[in-house]
Amino acid sequence: MRPEGRRNTQGIRIDPEAEATHEPRQAVLSALVKHKPGVLAEVSGLFSRRQFNIESLTVGPTTDDEMARMTILIEEPTPGVEQAKKQLQKLVPVISVTELEPEAIRRELAMIKVDGEKPDDINAVADMYGGQAVDACDETVTVEVTGSKQKVDAAIEAFSQFGIREIVRTGTAALERGAKDTQ
Amino acid sequence: MSERASIPKPEDEDESDDEQQPVTTGAQSVIRALENAGAEYVFGVQGGAIMPVYDALYDSDINHVTMAHEQGASHAADAFGIVSGEPGVCFATSGPGATNLVTGIADANMDSDPMIALTGQVPTEFVGNDAFQETDTVGVTQPITKESYFASDSDTVGDDVSEAFALADEGRQGPTLVDLPKDVTKGETDKEPKKPKTPETYTVQTEADEEMVDAAAEAIESADKPVILAGGGVIKADATEELFRFATKYEIPVITTMPGLGAFPEDHELSLEMAGMHGTGYANMAVTNTDLLVGVGTRFDDRLTGGVDSFAPDAELVHVDIDPAEISKNIYADYPLVGDAGRVLDQLYDAMTAAPDADEWREQCQTWKDEYPLDYQMPEDEPLKPQHIVETFDEVTDDDAIVTTGVGQHQMWACQYWTFREPRTWVSSHGLGTMGYGVPSAIGAKLAAPDQEVVSFDGDGSFLMTVQELSVAVRENLDITFVVLNNEAIGMVRQWQDGFYEGRRMASEYPWIPEFDKLAEAFGAAGFRLEDYDEVEETIQAAREYDGPAVIDALIDPAENVYPMVPSGGDNGLFALSEDQL
Ligand SMILES: Cc1ncc(C[n+]2csc(CCOP(=O)(O)OP(=O)(O)O)c2C)c(N)n1
Repeated sequence: MRPEGRRNTQGIRIDPEAEATHEPRQAVLSALVKHKPGVLAEVSGLFSRRQFNIESLTVGPTTDDEMARMTILIEEPTPGVEQAKKQLQKLVPVISVTELEPEAIRRELAMIKVDGEKPDDINAVADMYGGQAVDACDETVTVEVTGSKQKVDAAIEAFSQFGIREIVRTGTAALERGAKDTQ
Repeated sequence: MSERASIPKPEDEDESDDEQQPVTTGAQSVIRALENAGAEYVFGVQGGAIMPVYDALYDSDINHVTMAHEQGASHAADAFGIVSGEPGVCFATSGPGATNLVTGIADANMDSDPMIALTGQVPTEFVGNDAFQETDTVGVTQPITKESYFASDSDTVGDDVSEAFALADEGRQGPTLVDLPKDVTKGETDKEPKKPKTPETYTVQTEADEEMVDAAAEAIESADKPVILAGGGVIKADATEELFRFATKYEIPVITTMPGLGAFPEDHELSLEMAGMHGTGYANMAVTNTDLLVGVGTRFDDRLTGGVDSFAPDAELVHVDIDPAEISKNIYADYPLVGDAGRVLDQLYDAMTAAPDADEWREQCQTWKDEYPLDYQMPEDEPLKPQHIVETFDEVTDDDAIVTTGVGQHQMWACQYWTFREPRTWVSSHGLGTMGYGVPSAIGAKLAAPDQEVVSFDGDGSFLMTVQELSVAVRENLDITFVVLNNEAIGMVRQWQDGFYEGRRMASEYPWIPEFDKLAEAFGAAGFRLEDYDEVEETIQAAREYDGPAVIDALIDPAENVYPMVPSGGDNGLFALSEDQL
């Protein structure tokens, strides 16, 4: 007696008629956590030791002094996203975990330090991306840009013509649209 | 909760509170928290940073067992937790004391064993300065505990311990740790610790979704080849009676995982015993060919599943587990049932309206039992076969005798040739596979169940890793029989070298090893040497009759291997019965 079926690497039975393969997708997880020492290490440690593919992680205070909010961008097939949510929820200092809707508002901030030889052109490009120069000296101009990851990527591409010296990006922060609560 | 647990629950204690002195220090609050939680034993080793806590223990009724090494303390506490069902407690000082506990903590974490570790730490003002015996214990242990706490205040340190104790015990059990800076334990406080209670962010679902239960029940009823896979979670949840009722009522064959040994009586006709790498042929045939698998309290570890692609490939999976994160982690669950094992088995029992029509399947399982019996040869001109020693020992003991082991071939022979009939009689290192687990775990098991016989099967390699704990067994006069299945090699490695590395036996054979019977005598235990078939029963009986720890150095056939075997990542349905089938 030999069985006929097979499972894929995610342990899912392969249905020959509708072979379900799960491609990685981007998911934004928002976690409310206890605001106490060590929580960031606990969360980031979890993602690395379980090999979840993490793109960015931001953390900041909320309206409640005792809580902080983490926004975590991961790229995983759906079973991996589900597993990440459940593992995150298991950590004792984690209060709640939600996966945001695809249309949730996502923003990140970038600061881009470029060669300052053409200040007017730099300002023009900054205007195009709704950014602004926040610092300037003889040699360099530093511009701040906020927006979706795609917009920030595009802005950086545009600024590269001036010669980029340094970049810093915050990673994505996100919140649900409309009156809907995030947690 | 286990009936064997001799630990009084706080509510059963009629000692009135006014007998207790009010606490005056953080350390006393720590001990009070343990007393309130019902702790009866602590396993540990003294040291600078934990001294205030030990000083507070001086006035307590809690018994302290001084171990030879902190690893021994963590394994003893772990085994105490397995056998009693309540968190075992271990203490260590900062730095090396704490790092020596790490193996046992990781072991408890892999096997979901309830345990709490309390570690000393350098005074708060020195933390971060690389002070003498400073280690970031919370940092080291956070990934291998349910939670590691850093105590920051003498007023709340008792609450931290209470919470850690409750957390180790509730939901899916596991280890917790509280790191105790010396200034916090020495510091003054008059705060009594809060009652043991899990943090409010920790929620446990005990009952599964009714609709999903109904759907699962329907799938089981209509299955042709149903099988139950009972994991360690059945034992942890004290759900063996519920499992028995469900399986026997609906006549569904039962396989266990290795931690699930004892979840279902192995001498029952529905039992197919253990599946996986060294499971029985019939269990592996059943798990491969089933069309409906009911997994209860199991995490589908790779030593059980073999290659995922060929694991129960035609089966729909009903997965019962208290930890939602186990559902669909390794094997996709068609019917996820999150909840307490006993409760959900009862829900399923009630939801079923008929038994599956599985006469043919049960017959098939019987045929496999006849086709692939567990078997070994005993030629008289060859050295002793270890399987025979395990079987003989099993025959002379009661059903409730507890078996502990090290890790290696001897552990597999114990799984295969001992017939487990009761829960909490199998104490081993499954997920982590920790050599050296055998001796200290026998100590923890014996103290948790003083009225039950305890036998520890060990390998010569594993025994050497924690043999110093024999001194503790002698000091505490613990009636334990240690059987070293001595093949003068780290045999499991030697077996893999012969099977997968062309017999290149690199660093697996011991050119010289101690005479364990004499070593036992040096420790003050009784020592026996066993070399011949006609001495087996006699030697076992003599060792059992000795009042105190006895060690049998059993010289076994160094060439003996463990079969059946599914090579790592292989197909369970294609197990090998000998080396040439690998
Ligand atoms: C602490 C630790 N180190 C190494 C191993 C790898 N290992 C697994 S089984 C084994 C051999 C065990 O030898 P022994 O205790 O003599 O038992 P036997 O296999 O001979 O019965 C080894 C070295 C392990 N499991 N644990």
